[in-house]
Amino acid sequence: MRLPIPAKAHPVRTEQIILFRVSGQLFAVSSASVQEVRSVDTLAGAAKEIAQAGLRKVRHIVQRGEHALYVVNGAMHFGLPPFAPALVFVLRRTRTALLVDGIEKMTTMTRLQALPQAFCNDERDWYRGVTAIDQTVVPVVKPEGFLTPDELFLLDSSLQPKESPTETAAQETASGGLLPQPDIIDTDGEATSFQQ
Amino acid sequence: MSPQTDSESFVLLRLAERRFAVAAGDIAELVAPSRVFRFPHHTKEIEGVILRRGRIVPVCDVAARLIGKNLLSRRFYLIAQRRYATGTEWIALPVTGDCELIFAEMIPASEADLPHVSGWLSHDGDVIEVLNLTALTPGPTTAALLAPAEAVQQEALS
Repeated sequence: MRLPIPAKAHPVRTEQIILFRVSGQLFAVSSASVQEVRSVDTLAGAAKEIAQAGLRKVRHIVQRGEHALYVVNGAMHFGLPPFAPALVFVLRRTRTALLVDGIEKMTTMTRLQALPQAFCNDERDWYRGVTAIDQTVVPVVKPEGFLTPDELFLLDSSLQPKESPTETAAQETASGGLLPQPDIIDTDGEATSFQQ
Repeated sequence: MSPQTDSESFVLLRLAERRFAVAAGDIAELVAPSRVFRFPHHTKEIEGVILRRGRIVPVCDVAARLIGKNLLSRRFYLIAQRRYATGTEWIALPVTGDCELIFAEMIPASEADLPHVSGWLSHDGDVIEVLNLTALTPGPTTAALLAPAEAVQQEALS
């Protein structure tokens, strides 16, 4: 006689998250989405100001190897009051470095609830969902939500060198077509302040 | 020809001096106000969320739209089910007084009525709007108005 095989208890799926503040407001981000946490002071020497990008929340760019990271002011992104950021999160698999007040703590979430459908505007792009931590509701940010494809296009365009129509035409003629355009700029060591 | 009527149960809610009705089948429960958690968003009708039975429920103050002013005080949250194309979700409506379960015949709304009115009923000498929560509260689209659910009895209220 065979005894019935006991049903396996399903392990609770958990996710490590970082609770952080922007302008005093609490947010969460998956730890796996944060490639690097740096002090703003250590970043300042590597950042370069970008002007007239048409996007107020991005004022600086940081060159990381072959890639350029856009430094997003979290308060301006979320429409919160200005603040003095202390840390920057380099977000994995994005071109975003996020300015934040600081880290509240690292913890684990066991349940991520989809953002209620009553929220039907930009916030659907900002958040993966919401979670409850210690009887407090915290929105969990979507790393790719800080810069939309249109905003990235705008920023990339602002970095491309301005050329006169005559020069462009001459170059296209010489190369037999469109020249590949650099999407990054050299950002050698200009000290920059991130204060608003 | 007389208008078509339906005998149903409704929950009457109070916003300041006015009363409105919601189909009882759309109501989950009536709860005391609890902490509203706020975070940045751009849906102006939503003021935040509350935690209820492990769920995160958006709070939607419909008073501005229904009576032209925001509520200065709130006594309860009426937690209702709001229909979306993909299913239903709870939404918390602040109200200023006790709610009441009644049975009445609803006169369906006409084309001249506002979208958030699904019908009218007569009670205690008042003519009361029956609210269409799908049209009244925000969502991905207001075009997909789903058919009202079957009314259920008052055990949904607590």
